[in-house]
Amino acid sequence: MIPPPRHASAPLSPLRRDTVPVGSYNASDFMPATSPTAATSSSDDVAWVGRGGRAGAASSSFPGGGFDMPAASSVPASGLTTVSVVNLPPGLSEKAGVAAELQNDRTTHSKPLKEKTTKAERRALQEAQRAAKAAAKAEGGKAPPASSGAVSSANAKSAKAAKPSSQKNDNVTVAASEKKGSDRPPEKDRKKDVPQPRMQYDDKSRVEKAKKRAVVKQTEARNRVELFRHLPQYEHGTQLPDLESKFFQLDPMHPAVYKVGLQYLSGDLCGGNARCIAMLLAFQEVIKDYSTPPEKTLVRDLTAKIGSYVSFLIECRPLSISMGNAIRFLKNRIAKLPLTFSESEAKATLHSDIDRFINEKIILADKVIVKHAVTKIRDGDVLLTYGSSSAVEMILLHAHELGKQFRVVVVDSRPKLEGKLLLRRLVGKGISCTYTHMNAVSYIMHEVTRVFLGASSVLSNGTVYSRVGTACVAMVAHAFHVPVLVCCEAYKFHERVQLDSICSNELGDPDAISKVGGRGEINFLDGCANSENLQLLNLIYDATPSDYVSMIITDYGMGKQGSIADKYEYIMYGKLYKIQEEGSGADIKAELLISFGGLLMSLKGNPDYIAEFQLDQKYFLCMRKLV
Amino acid sequence: MPDVQALVNDFLNKLKKRKIEGSQATSRQTAELLRSVISQQRVPYNNQAGALIDAVKAVGEQLIAANPVELAVGNIVRRVLHIIREEDLSLTTAAMAGLNLSAVSDDEDDEERDDLPVLSAAVVAAAARSTLRPPSLQTLLEDMPDSAAIPHTSSSGGDSEGKSKSADKSSRSRKLKHDVIEAVNELIQDITTCHEQIAEQAVEHIHQNEVILTLGSSRTVLEFLCAAKEKKRSFRVFVAEGAPRYQGHLLAKELVARGLQTTLITDSAVFAMISRVNMVIVGAHAVMANGGVIAPVGLNMVALAAQKHAVPFVVLAGSHKLCPLYPHNPEVLLNELRSPSELLDFGEFSDCLDFRSVTGSPLLHVVNPTFDYVPPSLLVCSSLTRCLELRWKENVDGEILEILAQFITSC
Repeated sequence: MIPPPRHASAPLSPLRRDTVPVGSYNASDFMPATSPTAATSSSDDVAWVGRGGRAGAASSSFPGGGFDMPAASSVPASGLTTVSVVNLPPGLSEKAGVAAELQNDRTTHSKPLKEKTTKAERRALQEAQRAAKAAAKAEGGKAPPASSGAVSSANAKSAKAAKPSSQKNDNVTVAASEKKGSDRPPEKDRKKDVPQPRMQYDDKSRVEKAKKRAVVKQTEARNRVELFRHLPQYEHGTQLPDLESKFFQLDPMHPAVYKVGLQYLSGDLCGGNARCIAMLLAFQEVIKDYSTPPEKTLVRDLTAKIGSYVSFLIECRPLSISMGNAIRFLKNRIAKLPLTFSESEAKATLHSDIDRFINEKIILADKVIVKHAVTKIRDGDVLLTYGSSSAVEMILLHAHELGKQFRVVVVDSRPKLEGKLLLRRLVGKGISCTYTHMNAVSYIMHEVTRVFLGASSVLSNGTVYSRVGTACVAMVAHAFHVPVLVCCEAYKFHERVQLDSICSNELGDPDAISKVGGRGEINFLDGCANSENLQLLNLIYDATPSDYVSMIITDYGMGKQGSIADKYEYIMYGKLYKIQEEGSGADIKAELLISFGGLLMSLKGNPDYIAEFQLDQKYFLCMRKLV
Repeated sequence: MPDVQALVNDFLNKLKKRKIEGSQATSRQTAELLRSVISQQRVPYNNQAGALIDAVKAVGEQLIAANPVELAVGNIVRRVLHIIREEDLSLTTAAMAGLNLSAVSDDEDDEERDDLPVLSAAVVAAAARSTLRPPSLQTLLEDMPDSAAIPHTSSSGGDSEGKSKSADKSSRSRKLKHDVIEAVNELIQDITTCHEQIAEQAVEHIHQNEVILTLGSSRTVLEFLCAAKEKKRSFRVFVAEGAPRYQGHLLAKELVARGLQTTLITDSAVFAMISRVNMVIVGAHAVMANGGVIAPVGLNMVALAAQKHAVPFVVLAGSHKLCPLYPHNPEVLLNELRSPSELLDFGEFSDCLDFRSVTGSPLLHVVNPTFDYVPPSLLVCSSLTRCLELRWKENVDGEILEILAQFITSC
């Protein structure tokens, strides 16, 4: 097992797990015992997840709580080499095969802890992580070089479970773990990774500049909604024939990219994953056909070229966050190409990198999500889904294949009515379905036991950015105490913070609002579409606040609330009632006595390690078999 | 009588086939029907109020059964019953006053004086009791023997007086009927003008540059917004389209025609937009006794979103929508499922909508409810409903006979 590299995400994590070496208690002594205060069976995930079980609530109220983030404990760097895959905090006794992890009850303690991480401490931490990385690198060197990056990065991620608040560093992580051999990216590079602020379309001068470069000549839509001036909105369909005719005479654009762009524009290609895969495949074509012009270096020229293609794609349709992440990945790979590589070598490397990205981050990720999520479906469940999410569809189909008996409620909304297509596919597979529209969601929610939603992105404050209407469904589910499970591949996570659905969004074709498809009798707005006073607003996305989401299922495991419970076999809840010291001088030992509802635990160790522990604090004891 | 029966049957049919849309139209027509029932009703010699009440009750029960979801019918029946009792009461009080007056002064009408000894002290006491107490089933039951006793005593008074008394009675009965019909006319007037009365208060609630969200279409809301517009307030309106009936499109069209800045959004965008909205103004189907609102489908979602963002959620409701019943499981029991064809093409999914021989149920269900229930807890920040002060009077049987409503929506 390759120990995961520690990366820079740790110091930013507000979650601090304080750990002590488990000294003198005998695990087998209290394993079989059941404590009355301990949470009941952890298999009952609803208690943990949806309905906000008591213990679950405590852990979930960590900002992005419950993720096994590499703990930001200020232990000596040497301890880091013993880190296992699950990222158990160092210094734990693993002899008994039971990992005991003590967690400070955050209600009493988290705030002062956060404040305590001073600058100096953070620096110390970074040093420690650097050291760890060096160690990891040394070990990683033993593995075959081709796969080591991938494996270890996967390891690192699976250990740390996708966590919204760690996303600030997700791309850094990708970079760090993928380039493996080199050091951490210098500060300058990191700055580059922070994306430029989005183009604000109410900034006239910048829009003018952008227009000059644009390949696609769009006409601005009439009757813009005042609130959304900062977002681009163009007349739909006007430029498509024009662009199609230019297909064979367009010099700077690669045909594959051009084709994908047109598909975005016409709306033939939608859905985060599909769009991202199409774009990556197009870039693969580009790279295949690419040859470095004379007196230019591949790294710079290709990056510039990809950049221009990307801006073309943006003109066709604003990028989704998943695509942004994929582009960043690709650019990163190009930048990190060793200068010694020949052109063909470089191209082959990039080609395989893209393949790997598609396979690992999207296709495999979906499979893992399905595997995780299926465990949340039980016989007799009524599952509600909204719109059409590819991940959710896979989950439902897989659960059906496994022979689980459940019913699906498909909630749909105008203007796209994607739910109909999903409904058609599910019914075709023989799954019993109920179809309804957005407004009836509170009517149908009474009978629903779980809500599965897809996401376009998960932002670092836990906000789920998804198809418009997702927030409504999640809100109603929350009001009816139905657990909401969001399925999202980890590559869609983003470090941005978004507080509402207005600051950044996408505007769809306004005419789709006024025309009700398939219902000829509803044409109330036929006459007045051109009226000055009437604006049609077709939002594409909305932001779901994190408090409506019970759980985020990613390829790194099931996140957010209850994830701690999911990972352990037994959890106890107790109170520290006594601290005493033994011995004196150099071998002074502190002893902590914690009561778990009559079951007592004694922990002995170096007083330095347990300085954080205070009398009357409440603790969770999480247990799990390691081997 | 037969022509009334024909009218009733006609109206029943319309209710059953859901031909009448909207609480306002329903309640107005109900009131008009009841008015003709009252005017055609032959009033017996005595206990006219009881006869009218019986007639109205008989018709009312049929009407309520024809469309139990349309609560306005029941409300109007109750209001009419209330009117009859009130008028009866005021007539009795007037008669009592007359009696007292005649008892004091001697230069009264001969007939009146002749009546005096006939009315025993017990009758006066009973009448006094019934005037002091609000009309309820109990007092009505107590009234029965009294009114039965009056003709008994009067008949013992002699034949000569009987004739003149019957003339007086018939004039009183005509007076009662006349008064009741007058009051019902007023009720009809109230119902027809409720939009204007509500709209009058628009300026008090909508200020300059406000952003207002509404869902679906309601005439009350339209009038309300237009009234504010006419007072030179400039504000913008977000209209959620209200799938699957898309009445929001109609409302948007009307608003645009009247020069209001209108933005049409999909229902799913409600949560996204609510953070920029100052007030949600919607119409209702019925307001229940607990303060909960039966509203067009989708409003529960809007109310939840409004609560999340602390946006005032204002329900506009005419007095005919106030229902003295307490809702029980209103999402199911006070709801109506409409045709699935509004959501799905039958042709498109015809194969899965059929009942299957194996499982006995179709693979695909389509749910298309008409109403939503907005619990009172979501209406806490509603300014109009808070002013709504309802006082219910109940008798021992729990039957609600009277609605005294003082609220700013109408009346």
